[in-house]
Amino acid sequence: MERKLTCIVCPLGCELCAVLDGKSVVSVSGNTCRRGEKYAIEECTDPRRTVTTTVRCSDGGVVAVKTDCAVAKKDMAECMKIINNFVAHLPIAIGDIIIKDVFGSNVVATQNKE
Amino acid sequence: MTELVIIGGGPAGMSAAIAAYEAGIRDVLIIERDEALGGILQQCIHNGFGLHKFGEELTGPEYAWRYEKRVRELGIAFKLGTMVLDISKDKVITATNPEDGMFRIEARAIILAMGCRERSKGALNIAGTRPAGIYSAGTAQKYVNMKGYLPGKEIVILGSGDIGLIMARRMTLEGAKVKMVCELMPFSSGLARNIEQCLNDFDIPLKLSHTVVEIHGKERVEGVTIARVDENRKPIEETREFVPCDTLLLSVGLIPENELSKKIGVKLSPITGGAEVDEKRQTSVPGVFACGNVLHVHDLVDFVSEEAEIAGRAAAEYIMEEVAEMQEYVEIETDGRIRYTVPQKTLRGDDVTVFFRVGNVARNVKINVYSGERLVLTKRKSRVAPGEMESVVLSSEILESAKKLRFCLEEE
Repeated sequence: MERKLTCIVCPLGCELCAVLDGKSVVSVSGNTCRRGEKYAIEECTDPRRTVTTTVRCSDGGVVAVKTDCAVAKKDMAECMKIINNFVAHLPIAIGDIIIKDVFGSNVVATQNKE
Repeated sequence: MTELVIIGGGPAGMSAAIAAYEAGIRDVLIIERDEALGGILQQCIHNGFGLHKFGEELTGPEYAWRYEKRVRELGIAFKLGTMVLDISKDKVITATNPEDGMFRIEARAIILAMGCRERSKGALNIAGTRPAGIYSAGTAQKYVNMKGYLPGKEIVILGSGDIGLIMARRMTLEGAKVKMVCELMPFSSGLARNIEQCLNDFDIPLKLSHTVVEIHGKERVEGVTIARVDENRKPIEETREFVPCDTLLLSVGLIPENELSKKIGVKLSPITGGAEVDEKRQTSVPGVFACGNVLHVHDLVDFVSEEAEIAGRAAAEYIMEEVAEMQEYVEIETDGRIRYTVPQKTLRGDDVTVFFRVGNVARNVKINVYSGERLVLTKRKSRVAPGEMESVVLSSEILESAKKLRFCLEEE
């Protein structure tokens, strides 16, 4: 079976074609770099995304955060729920871990807030 | 007298300031109207920035912080919450803020880095009422990402620019239902990766060749009527369809913000909406440079930073009077299928990277550069699109023998 994909690794957006045998990827074409191949294999077997969002702060405002590695696509909604139920204490500096181990990833601040 | 004043403290302004400082200029002042440095990056909390420049994926605020940290380390001066009202032809800047009141600064060189704003014209051409619930995508982005408010629950987005696509994902993650993205053109102006990860990931339909023809609702948006458009972009009556929603987001393009440039008398390009510049990003007024989205709208901030470095170094050369003797420029023209180039003209001497955009989607094409009748450069592309900025490098050899260069998009 063939699966057409748009690579999201960089802004080039290469059109990829992955050939599948059952659940495993046999070959990838259309990629212009090695990361494209890695993406196609991962997308067909274990699709993941970095979640970027905000977390509520103790002063009522928000601060931007991200998961420090990609989480499984199917866990994104649950990941959002966990982050949205959390209140972070100020001050916050870029890189601070806000919530530990959310689906195997840490939620870290991407903004400074005093 | 201040040696270098930079108008705007976003990615372009900060990068230009650092480059000028590193080229030996110490008397640099950045003027920023917002309460923080970083410009629009502060509200672009998604990732994907910096791959080209830093080889890693950063969010907007993280990318901005790399530059702000450097600005602070170098001790480059900046004034926040300060609005520039006027710049005269002899480079006297009139600005105002709550501490200093109204004040004037005379500059030896100026770098324009004011960025761009969202086009709102799309909204004016839609029939119906004007209830609450109509936002530009960037305004909605500020509400959600900076203020923590969700401006609506059932969303229709008009225009498939990158900000609209990013907001489709963002509002979906926050629990809103994004019903569709309507795009007037038969292709999206956004990056392919954003269609994939912002729409396809969440099964949000992208309706190409569709537009919003009517807005409904008295106090609050209650729905929109959408319709398919024909090849002349005119709505087809029989395809009208009512879509219930409480919010309409507009993502219909960006316009360089050049009110101040006009006051200085800088010559603007009718196509880019920004200044016409040479390879150093110098405008028609000597000592006035432009870079970033105020010059032409970029897809990637990485290229904004690079362009700003060129302008920063060039401003330093100008101040230190290391400007080359008067030479004749090589003018660059386009065939119309290529809409514009930046720079629009260049001096000879070094290799010069020329950026450009095409007017329409095309496949298997060649970018051909002619000097008179002679073909001097060809670059093959399997696909070009208006939403994706392209570039070619003109070697010093090509420039040496050229008077005028013509950029053409031709079939294989």
